[in-house]
Parts: sequence; structure tokens; C-alpha cells
Amino acid sequence: MSRPAIRAVGLSKAYRRTGWYYYDTLRDRLSHYFRRPWDLFRRHSSTPFWALREVSFEVNEGEILGIIGRNGAGKTTLLKLLSRLTEPTEGYAEIYGRISSLLEVGTGFHGELTGRENIYFNGILLGMKREEIKRKLDEIIEFAGIKDFIDTPMKKYSPGMQARLAFSIAAHLEPEILLVDEVLAVGDIEFQKKCIGKMEEVSKESGRTILFISHQMNQIKRLCHRTMWLEGGRIQAIGPTLEVVDAYEKALLGSLTRSISHSESQEKAESFYWYLLHSDKTPHTLCHLDATEIAFVLDVFEPIRSWHYEVNLFDSVGRLLWSGWINNLRGVLAPGRYEIVYKLPLLPISPGIYHWRAMLWGDYGCVGVWECRPEFVVEVPNYQHFVEARVGILNLPYQAKMNLIASPESTTSLPIQPQNK
Amino acid sequence: MKRQVIRAGKPLTLELQEVWQYRELLYALIMRSFQLRYKQAILGVLWAILQPLSAVVIFSFFLGKFVKVPSDNLPYPLFAFSGMIVWSYFATALSQASQSLVGYRDLITKVYFPRLILPLANALVATIDFLLSFVALSGLILWYDFSLSWRIVFFPLFLLITLFTALSLGLWLASINYLYRDVQYALPFFIQLSLFLTPVVYPTSILPVHWQWVYALNPMVGVVEGFRWCLFGQGKIPTLFWVSLLIVFVVFVGGLFYFKRVERLLSDAI
Repeated sequence: MSRPAIRAVGLSKAYRRTGWYYYDTLRDRLSHYFRRPWDLFRRHSSTPFWALREVSFEVNEGEILGIIGRNGAGKTTLLKLLSRLTEPTEGYAEIYGRISSLLEVGTGFHGELTGRENIYFNGILLGMKREEIKRKLDEIIEFAGIKDFIDTPMKKYSPGMQARLAFSIAAHLEPEILLVDEVLAVGDIEFQKKCIGKMEEVSKESGRTILFISHQMNQIKRLCHRTMWLEGGRIQAIGPTLEVVDAYEKALLGSLTRSISHSESQEKAESFYWYLLHSDKTPHTLCHLDATEIAFVLDVFEPIRSWHYEVNLFDSVGRLLWSGWINNLRGVLAPGRYEIVYKLPLLPISPGIYHWRAMLWGDYGCVGVWECRPEFVVEVPNYQHFVEARVGILNLPYQAKMNLIASPESTTSLPIQPQNK
Repeated sequence: MKRQVIRAGKPLTLELQEVWQYRELLYALIMRSFQLRYKQAILGVLWAILQPLSAVVIFSFFLGKFVKVPSDNLPYPLFAFSGMIVWSYFATALSQASQSLVGYRDLITKVYFPRLILPLANALVATIDFLLSFVALSGLILWYDFSLSWRIVFFPLFLLITLFTALSLGLWLASINYLYRDVQYALPFFIQLSLFLTPVVYPTSILPVHWQWVYALNPMVGVVEGFRWCLFGQGKIPTLFWVSLLIVFVVFVGGLFYFKRVERLLSDAI
């Protein structure tokens, strides 16, 4: 009954670390040959880097396949191959149906153009027909909630409004196959949920096939029937979402014992893993309001001069709650594995799911930005309001008391009220 | 249901039918650049006319009045302006087409579509500028009390040749420019030079006769002469024009293939 929508056989993609297109200007290239004339006679002496290696899989029509894996595992490369942005080095894929890919949202948006003009351009770029956009225009504007600003130049929009409009266009795409790269990672959570809901709805109704990359396991678990886990360009596992996600999360924990002599990714350093020290439950769940020590693991593969490391704590809506840093602008960070510990007297945040972002800078600029995994779960009892909508960011135990300071009979005015005149 | 296969080592084909499938995007790109241009500069429409016009005013004074360059029995300003707008069309289309891949890099790395649309759209936008300045030329023609001849029906043909000539070079330059940014520094110089290799501000007749055949190999020579022939019945299309068109054709087809070859590397070369 179910027909395949995508059938990939042995897909591989190799990149050369220094290809002939490596240089920006002819001058650079000439000066390279001047310095190393023997390179003129060597043909691509560099070893290829396999971003994707012998990836074979099938996706059935109407299925939502999640794709997970660490940075540099080949997730985006796979999507780029399927959306024809780049050609495979080996292997092939058969695609049945009209395909549309979202490697980012809002591609081609221009600040000088109005919201309406941008909807048309972006929509056509993503493969909609002009007629189709005209028909859905009201719906797109409604969904984004920017009705009053639709004829205003986009440069006057807030980033949130731009993101909402971009998502809204994307959510109204109707290809038979949709490829989505982590575009839902930004924007506010309510709107993300709305978009995912919309995608789910369309997938169920019209049998749309979706390939969905995400770092957010809760999104993957909610949306995807099956999940593919890529590791170092190969398929590590593919199967029912819960099983694969479970195995992946276990492996992330286990990756601490992995040798750090080589990096699978191309980065100079990486910092994905974090944990709570002296925690009584799991190392990623905070259950108390006492002093907390949070440790981040930083693997350094190449020396980094005048380094600056920092971590940011975000809530599920993407609000920045806290940042901590450590640096040595005169020092050199030698290769090795480091543990960076931030000691906080207390971390009074409301129960919920949070995430850490780690960043490292060196004298050449930003070395990397890493969304740490797993998520940070806070399971402290809620000391605040009993109505969920009244729960704020800070979660501090408090006492409330009430004193009568004036009775109606008394003629004296309230001491706390400022006296007019 | 539509089935497509992505395969390693596909042979190099032009896939021109795909450009036709994406014609809505081509139209949207043209609209977008047009909207952008005339939004950012209030004088946008005027600019299209003002640029060639101011050049002609300067040339009319220095070359027409002082140096007394002959102008094929036409009033010098009319002679120069008619040449200038065709040449500007060529120059704008060429430089815009050459910038297209670099200019649309954001789109190229994120969305698939036949990249050929980009130089095509950019070159076509130049047509709008041309039409605007053509209105100004018509005004000038009325001012000098000239009447147009029936030959005006050939006018679109010369426009098309101009577009093709600009694209034939533009395809090569757009591809090379994406790989080596040197092109964008060299191009303005080349375009300046091409003004003097084309009978825009002087007539072909001032050149030594035995060198005119080399000169005629520049396709824009035939176009500018042909354009004046359409409008005023003046100007001779050199016999070698057809040879130069052949060259344009060869360069154009070569450019298409080279462009397709580079297209494959585009999203890899960042």
C-alpha cells in the first residue's frame, strides 16, 4: 500500500579540504603557486573528507522521518544532496514527487520590500505558484499575525515578526516531499508548536512526506514516526523514533569515554557535553535550590590563543537567563579535554526544560558555538503561583503575610501613600 | 507522479527546459530587482535616463563642439545619445549578469533552481532602463524634428542581439567571478574600454579603412550602427557583422556549458 517517496542507495559526498575553488581571488591562488610551485603539478593532493558515506534508506509516502546526529555528522549534507544543491560523489537517490526544501526560512527576504512583496518572492522561490500564493495570502498573513504591517517595509519588523512570517510561508508550502533543516530552532516556542502542528496536520491529511532535522529530541519524538541517526557521515541507526533517540542520547553520555585523539568534525574544539556535579538524581536534572556546580566538557584539538569561553542558559522560549564566562586573553589553550565548572550559590529558575549554549573564541574569532546536550531539566518544586500562566522565570521560596495597617474608622491617611502637595 | 533521480557523475547537459519550468521565478527576480532599485533611490527612474544623458552632454561639448568629431550627418547629440543608450544597455546587462551569482549567493546556497535564471534576470532588468532612456531619446528625436523610418521594425532584433552579446560574456564572467572575485575589479575597466571600441561618440568612418574589418568583429559595432540605421537610416552595418554574430553565438554556447559546469560547484564553493 505504501509507496516509497525517497529511495537512496549508497549516497556519498566527499569534500576536498583544499580544492581548486578554495581561493577567493586569483591573486591568492597565484601567490599560493608562487610559494609552493610543485602544487601546480600535483592534482588535488589533499585527502577527501567524506561528509556522507554510503547512506541507503527508504522513506515511504506520508512518513515523517527524523534525522538526528551531532554537528558535522552529515545531516545537512544529506538534505543538500536530496534538494539538489550539491551532487553526490557516489550513489544515487530516486525521488517520487514534487520536492521542496527549507534549509533556512525567509531566504531572499529583503528589508526594503514590504511583507506582501516578500511573501510573493519567498513563496515562488520555495516552489509555490503565483496563483497559489494569491489564494493563500490571507491565510499566511493571518497565521503569522502581522496583518497590520503587511504593507510596511520589512526593515521595520522585529526579528520575531520576520521569523513568524518566514515560518508561516514555509508552513503553507504544499510539496509532496518537504525537507526541513533545523529551521524550527529559532523563533518563539508557541509559534514553533503552531508550525509543527500545521506540518503534522498536512502530513496526515494529504500524505505529505517530511524529512526533519532537529537537535530538539522532544520535537523529533512528537513529530517523527521513524528516525535516522547519522554519525560521522554514516547511518548509525534507523528505526522507530523512541528506540533510536534513546540509543542516541545514551551514546551522547557515553561519548565522554571516547578517545579525543581525533575529531570527527572539522572543528578546532568542541563543547557539547555538560553535567551537574554532586547531583543525587541524574546529572542533567536539577532538584534542589542549594548551591549547584555545573560542569562543561571542552575538547580542544588545536591550540587556541587568547581564549574566551562562555556558557549561556536559555529557557524553552529562547530567552537568555544567565551567562557565565572564563578567559585568559594572554594564555594559550593547549589541546586536551577540559572541564569547566561554574559554581552558583543557587539557581532559582522555574521547573521546565532549559538548554545550555557554549561558545569559544580565540584570537582568530569565534572557534565554535555549541548547543549543549542533553537538555537541562529543572524539577524543583514550584514555589510560585498555582496557575500555570502566572509562573514566571524566578522560582524562589517565599513567605507571604498580610498586616492591617489602617482601618476604615481611622482618620489618618495611609503612611505608605505619597502625600500630594 | 514526477520522478527524479539524483545520481553521481551525471553528464553535462544544458537542461534549458528547466529554465522554462522556473519562468515564474525568473519573473519574480526581475520584479524584485526592479522594486528594490526604484524603492531605494527615489530618483530611480530618472537615474536610468540621467546617466547616459549626462555623458552625452559632456561628449557633445568636448567632442561635438570643440573637437568637431563628424557624426554621419546627424546632429552630434542625437548621434551620441542614440549610440550611448544601446551601449549602456550592453554595459549594464553585462555587468549585472556578471554580478549575478555573487549577488545572489544567499539564494544559491539555500535553494535549488536552475542558476541560469540569475544572469538572465539581471540582464533583463537592464532592458527596463533601456526602455526608459529610449523614451528620452524619442523626446530628443522630436526636438530635432526627425521622422522615424519604417526600418524601426528591426529595432527589437538589435535589442535581442545586444542582450545575447551581453549574456554571452556575462555567463563566462558570472562563473569566473564566483570562483575568483578579481573579475569585479577588472570588469569596469573593460566596460570603459568597450565604449571607445564601439562607434558611440565617433563614427566608424574616422577609422583607417584597412583596419575597419578588425573593428567590425566587435559585435556591438554592428548593433550600434544597426540601431542608428533603424532610427535614422544612417549608419552602415558592416558586412563582417554576421561573422561577429557567429562569434557571439559560439561564445554564448561555450558560456552556457561553462556556466553549467561551474553551477555544480556553486554550493560547495562558499
